[in-house]
Amino acid sequence: MSHKLNLSCCTSALVELRSFLQLSLKTYGFSEVDRHQLILAVEEVCANLIIHSHACNPKELIHLEVKELKKKLSIEITDKGDAFNLLEYEVPDLKKVIEEKRKGGIGIFLVKKIMDEIEFESKNGKNTCRLIKNFPSTVEP
Amino acid sequence: MLQLERIKEGNKDILRLIGEVDASNSVLLDQSMQEILQQGATFLLIDGNQLGYISSAGLGVFMSYLDDFSEQGIRFAIFGLNDQVSEVFKILGLDRLIQIVPDKSTAITLGNEP
Repeated sequence: MSHKLNLSCCTSALVELRSFLQLSLKTYGFSEVDRHQLILAVEEVCANLIIHSHACNPKELIHLEVKELKKKLSIEITDKGDAFNLLEYEVPDLKKVIEEKRKGGIGIFLVKKIMDEIEFESKNGKNTCRLIKNFPSTVEP
Repeated sequence: MLQLERIKEGNKDILRLIGEVDASNSVLLDQSMQEILQQGATFLLIDGNQLGYISSAGLGVFMSYLDDFSEQGIRFAIFGLNDQVSEVFKILGLDRLIQIVPDKSTAITLGNEP
């Protein structure tokens, strides 16, 4: 089973993204704290795309698909904007961000901390970012 | 949805965040912080009891003031965060840079320290 969402490229749609994820992540056995972090990671990627790749144009869309892939949770984010490769993005030093009083730049840092694997590909003008999280271990102590 | 309430209590300015902070509304948080500081706040507390969510856009706002706080000797603390939100501060290591305390009374005692 998979859950799909087409998200309009405006920041006011982020609340819709969160409710979609809240529902679609419920079935996989993640704790509330884990789900919260997964939602955050997906939102950070989408917010980045909305603002930087699509210049907040509400007519453009980002496609999301939440599914199980190779016994892991996969959240696939596809769009046709300027490619933004998370994997090549160098995470800034926190102290530097504070010194420079920058208000951005830490979102991708969160994504990298939260997800177990990140995949990115750009083909024929279509970008796919796959955020992967291992399912919680069910082994009882 | 984000609602901001400002409460003055003696020498303390409390900013209560109600709802969720994301890239669509973090500018409101920034404006409120700026206003409070411009009016000469010396002890700023963030009440997070009703904060359900904060993304990097909101965390970035707090971070952008940390240097000003230490340069100007302004006391700053956040209290009342739920487990999920508190965990997000920890992922970034912000719990080492910001005083994050369980409740208001603990936050207020911070202000009594020399």
